[in-house]
Amino acid sequence: MSNNHQRFTPFQRLLHWLMAICILSMLFIGVGMVSTIMPKYLPLVAIHKPLGIAILVLALIRLGVRLRYGAPALPADLPEPMKLAAYLSHYALYALMIGLPLIGWAMLSAAEYPIVLYGGLHLTPILPQSDTLHALLWDAHFYLAFAFFALILMHVAAALFHALVRHDGVFESMAPVPSPRDEVVPAE
Amino acid sequence: MLQSYRSSARSVLGSLTLIAVVVGGGAAAFAYTAGWFSPHRLTPDRMVDAFAPPTGVALGHRRNHAKGICFTGVFEANGAGSALSRAAVFATGQYPALGRFNLGTADANAADATVRVRGMGLRILTPDGQEWRTAMIDLPFFPVATPQGFYQLLLASASKDPNAMKTFAGAHPEIAAFGAWANSAPWTGSYAEERYNGLNSFIFTDGSGNDKTVRWSLLPAAHPVSVAPAELAKRGPDFLEQEITERVRGGPLRWTMVVTVADAGDPTADPSKAWPEDRHAVEVGTLVVQQIEAERDGPCRDINFDPTVLPTGMRTSDDPFPAARSSAYAKSYDRRTAEAADYPRTATGSKP
Repeated sequence: MSNNHQRFTPFQRLLHWLMAICILSMLFIGVGMVSTIMPKYLPLVAIHKPLGIAILVLALIRLGVRLRYGAPALPADLPEPMKLAAYLSHYALYALMIGLPLIGWAMLSAAEYPIVLYGGLHLTPILPQSDTLHALLWDAHFYLAFAFFALILMHVAAALFHALVRHDGVFESMAPVPSPRDEVVPAE
Repeated sequence: MLQSYRSSARSVLGSLTLIAVVVGGGAAAFAYTAGWFSPHRLTPDRMVDAFAPPTGVALGHRRNHAKGICFTGVFEANGAGSALSRAAVFATGQYPALGRFNLGTADANAADATVRVRGMGLRILTPDGQEWRTAMIDLPFFPVATPQGFYQLLLASASKDPNAMKTFAGAHPEIAAFGAWANSAPWTGSYAEERYNGLNSFIFTDGSGNDKTVRWSLLPAAHPVSVAPAELAKRGPDFLEQEITERVRGGPLRWTMVVTVADAGDPTADPSKAWPEDRHAVEVGTLVVQQIEAERDGPCRDINFDPTVLPTGMRTSDDPFPAARSSAYAKSYDRRTAEAADYPRTATGSKP
């Protein structure tokens, strides 16, 4: 999947930053909505469902693009444990981007809730009603969401570490716009 | 050389500090949103916890209205509701209905004659794949004006402080009307003789896009017969379930659904205030209850009668209760489905 180019393609960068906004909003809406009984509960839930499906669709597109265009190679001097962490965390990020919306969809199905995207637009249930499955999926959705947020914090920390401490071009490879230095000095 | 090393070490330290601040700030914002720094936020967990009876929660059961029995039937729409809402459920026709008669108690084993408030959960499906869920009670108004007030009522009811209710009533004078109703309203011997009121207001939108704020009620075809509570107590702890099962065996039961339209200035956000009797009211159809099934194996047990599950043409209003109920009902549902082993089915799902 690795490639010799220095940066992700513009479409990959667009997807990355668009999804970053969607996913962070999604996680904050999620923890916010399950901790309130105020009227805002309803609009938060009403956004959470279609936004989750939007993330699922974007994640699948992104996976396809990634398989097609690959990713810039990591710096050759990056220590092995950091390389491993980079690979594993990216597998986990993709799994959660695709898995969490599917688990949410399945969880609502198992509770026999209507899965409303907007107005009369509904998704079909993907599981029959089941107490046991609902309880299992609810736990999975809840705890994996916290794991997802923790992983995103690690991802942000790593990105900033590459940008501010290592100056190795990894951050620039996904930066929304090229930094001036990036144009002239390729990663060391 | 040393100078440059020092300055670069300082810059690394600065960078690491910046990273720690970004990550720590992100984590703190998330924890704040989740309510971890807000011990007084009224969360669905706190609301549902407040229902726990002194005898302990009925595991696997609804956290309130814990005792009930399922029914199936149809909703026969007469077409008149289409003038108020474009929801398919009001177009002339018959639509499958599923519901639950229940008692307003957190104790799944409460004796029927000891519970003052009776209710009905109802779900109506239409061929366009939409559904209308509602949960109604036989009170003509809600005891308190706000969800926060309701939470305070639960705390006061459970409190060991002898003055707790008096203090609560001082802050929530609307509770006096409930006290008067509980002492004076007649008791009946049947779920069939109750009027079930939606109490919360919702907004109906007609085919031209006009909005009206409404409430709805189910009026029984059966004539209510007043029976003294002492007499009801003699009928046994489960007389309501036995009576309704027997009654429906003898033929279907009917309720007329009436939708009442608010006038400008009516209290749409406060279900503790009934609207004046002379408000425009439309009979939109008839609920026909055709079959009773025990909850344990019935089709209503695992349905959450969330009052915010509405078809297009209906939506929530400025009444804060449906959101609070939706949030708390979901929490109750999450908990009881996780406890399914404590309330197993008998006929299906488990082999003898």
